Amino acid sequence: MPDGRAGRRFIALGLALVLAALPAAGSDLRDLYFGEALYHAFQGQYFEALQRLDAELGMHRGLDEPERDTLHYHINNAEFSVGDFELHYRMDQRAGRAITAVLDGAFDAAVRNEAAYRLARIHFQKNQFDEALSALARIRGTVPEEIRDDIEFLRANVYLATAKPGEAVKVLQQVRPGESVAESVAESLRGFVAYNLGIALLQDGRHKEAIEQLDKAGQLPGSDPADLAIRDKSNLVLGTILFEAGDFERARHSLDRVQLDGPFSNQGLLRAGMSEAAAKQYERALVPWNILVDREPTDVAVQEAMLAVPHAYSSLNLHGLAAILYGHAVELFNTQIEKVDASIRSITAGNFLKALIREEARQDEGWVIRLRGLPDAPETYYLMELMASDDFQTALKNYLDLDELRSKLIESEASLKALDEIVQLRGQNYEPLLPGVDSEFRKLDTRMRLRLEERKLLNKRMQSMLTSPRPEHLATAEERSAAESLALLEKTVGKQPGRSESLELDALQQRVTRLRGVLTWRLETEYHERLTKAHAHLKQADADVDEMYRQYDAFIRARQATKHSYVGYDPQIAGLRDRVAEALQRIDTLIARQGQMIETAAIKQLETRRERLVQQQSEARFGVADSYDRAGHEGK
Amino acid sequence: MGARVRLKRLTSLNTIVLLIVVLMPAAIFAQKEKASQGLDEQVQDMKADVLSIAAELSRLEEKLLYPSGTQVAVFIALAKDDHMRLDAVRLQIDGKLVAHHIYSAKELEALRKGGVQRIYVGNLATGEHQLEALVDGKHEGGSDFSRKQLFTIRKEVKPKQVELTLAGPSSGAAPIAMGEF
Repeated sequence: MPDGRAGRRFIALGLALVLAALPAAGSDLRDLYFGEALYHAFQGQYFEALQRLDAELGMHRGLDEPERDTLHYHINNAEFSVGDFELHYRMDQRAGRAITAVLDGAFDAAVRNEAAYRLARIHFQKNQFDEALSALARIRGTVPEEIRDDIEFLRANVYLATAKPGEAVKVLQQVRPGESVAESVAESLRGFVAYNLGIALLQDGRHKEAIEQLDKAGQLPGSDPADLAIRDKSNLVLGTILFEAGDFERARHSLDRVQLDGPFSNQGLLRAGMSEAAAKQYERALVPWNILVDREPTDVAVQEAMLAVPHAYSSLNLHGLAAILYGHAVELFNTQIEKVDASIRSITAGNFLKALIREEARQDEGWVIRLRGLPDAPETYYLMELMASDDFQTALKNYLDLDELRSKLIESEASLKALDEIVQLRGQNYEPLLPGVDSEFRKLDTRMRLRLEERKLLNKRMQSMLTSPRPEHLATAEERSAAESLALLEKTVGKQPGRSESLELDALQQRVTRLRGVLTWRLETEYHERLTKAHAHLKQADADVDEMYRQYDAFIRARQATKHSYVGYDPQIAGLRDRVAEALQRIDTLIARQGQMIETAAIKQLETRRERLVQQQSEARFGVADSYDRAGHEGK
Repeated sequence: MGARVRLKRLTSLNTIVLLIVVLMPAAIFAQKEKASQGLDEQVQDMKADVLSIAAELSRLEEKLLYPSGTQVAVFIALAKDDHMRLDAVRLQIDGKLVAHHIYSAKELEALRKGGVQRIYVGNLATGEHQLEALVDGKHEGGSDFSRKQLFTIRKEVKPKQVELTLAGPSSGAAPIAMGEF
């Protein structure tokens, strides 16, 4: 009879399928760095995605006016994505905190309900069932269509895990995948819902209904590998239940539906033969069992068939043939025991962990199988079930993540060394140059300030001329020189006391006066025109002053940037270097502990299988003796 | 009689084996569950620490290598619902090749889903610069195409972000559209 754990394994698979859906990027992405985080996440690079998004969210939260930031348009999605990325990167603690923050924030019901669902899922995965139910209880109001079935499926799984199968049945009977808008998501749940409903009915003691439900689950349409696997699983479980109940004929029908090349085919063939044998149909039992004995000899079902086949021949009174086949079984078990021993030695020598982290072995989905092809790798057939378990996968992923983190820390160490060198080189280059540059700058600065004072004075004078005209201020250099000469002449020709006036002097005075008149006339009549021109020139000078300011600012910025390019980094670099060194030490300890846990689990698995192989070998030896004995009696 | 006893034994043994197979991995780990939970939390703490180190290092690198006054970043995005197969993008700034990226299937898929790739980050002086984008790809039918476009970008004192949105020839949209931020 299947137990809750077997069911839970499928529950976990169901969740994994749901988790595959990532937050979709909006069609009009406004924040490029959020887009970059998604770009990494879509490639499964969650470390890089988190690094980018953490930085973006940190900057956004630090802004005085976050609503003016481009991330503002995606803030809900970004907050959600952080939790999602953390979940994918197996950082449940932080993911839980991120999601709780959304749950407690001022978001609308649909967003909060999705957060509650995600939080419940984290608690469920960590076996915190009460907390999972509490999170589910927070779901109220609008529920996004895409997760409606997922929520109920999760609720039922929590009930199953907390030994409340009756509640689980009620919930699962309400879930009708395929009727929601999100067809593709719901469709993927159909098989799991049908199977889990059968298991819930069984655990609730409703055997008849459970059998009917598992019968339905075993005949669901679908060609997806997950659909086929859950269908096979349903048929296998149903066949086992019927077999245990003594209903061999129906058990055989159910087991016949298990695919011959699926993941449960070996167990299906073994059970099908057993159903026939239980009904004393040994010849018919031999059909599936003889298919089985030609398969991979490390498989549990194949090894059982190695004993079952001679047993069937013995039951058909073909003791000679039975004796030969028992003999083959003895040899096979012997070989397998040697293989298991060699695998244990290989794991103890550290080859298993080395094989697990080899990059070339992880290139495709079948990397576990490819491990066998690597030199010194242990026999992984015996570890298939162990390696498929959720706990082993978590331990393995942690081990691989730690290995990757170690590589990143080593890269960081190298980067820090390079940055330190850059800072030192910049210091060596700029430090001797700066005093000279600063001295030149100070000279230029003094000249600039002088020119600016002159311009200020000029501006003031122009402003005053608007109210009290001063034509002489707009005289050209030539005119100013002429005015000065005239003033001198006026002084000369006018200062002749006691001197008798002569005609020549009169003539000279008149000429000077005329010239003064000409100059004054010109200055007075051209005053407005000159004033306009002077304003235009001043405006032009303003543009030059602006350009001068721009260059001045650019210089100041460049000067500051130069200083900032090498001053003040030493404490930060030293601090980071210490953190990296400390993290490397911790990570080495963690890798060793995680690796030891994996190796211990693998060795324990192999030892358990070895015990069973030794037991089977004894049975086969007994079978050889017994069959020869019976053959001898018949001969007599 | 002997055969019946043996069959019964075989049946019960098989049930045990089936249960062993189903339960064993979980059982082995169940013994270590407490220890592994503590370890799992330590691994999570380690991840958080390394992320924090990486973030600080990244900020330091940005300050030292791409100061905000001269920083220029170029991003690549695909037009929505565009089915062209993007093979490669080359970027030249002021006639100098600064980036050449050949896309893997995974990267292309990430772009199609709406991700944005930061293809180049570097430094430019303030003022106008010429940005040339060269795009190689395949039509839906499988034939090759190549597009080239020249843009003028104006770098100011603040960091500059340029987004190039690429579209296939059959989409009707501009093959390379530029957005500045």
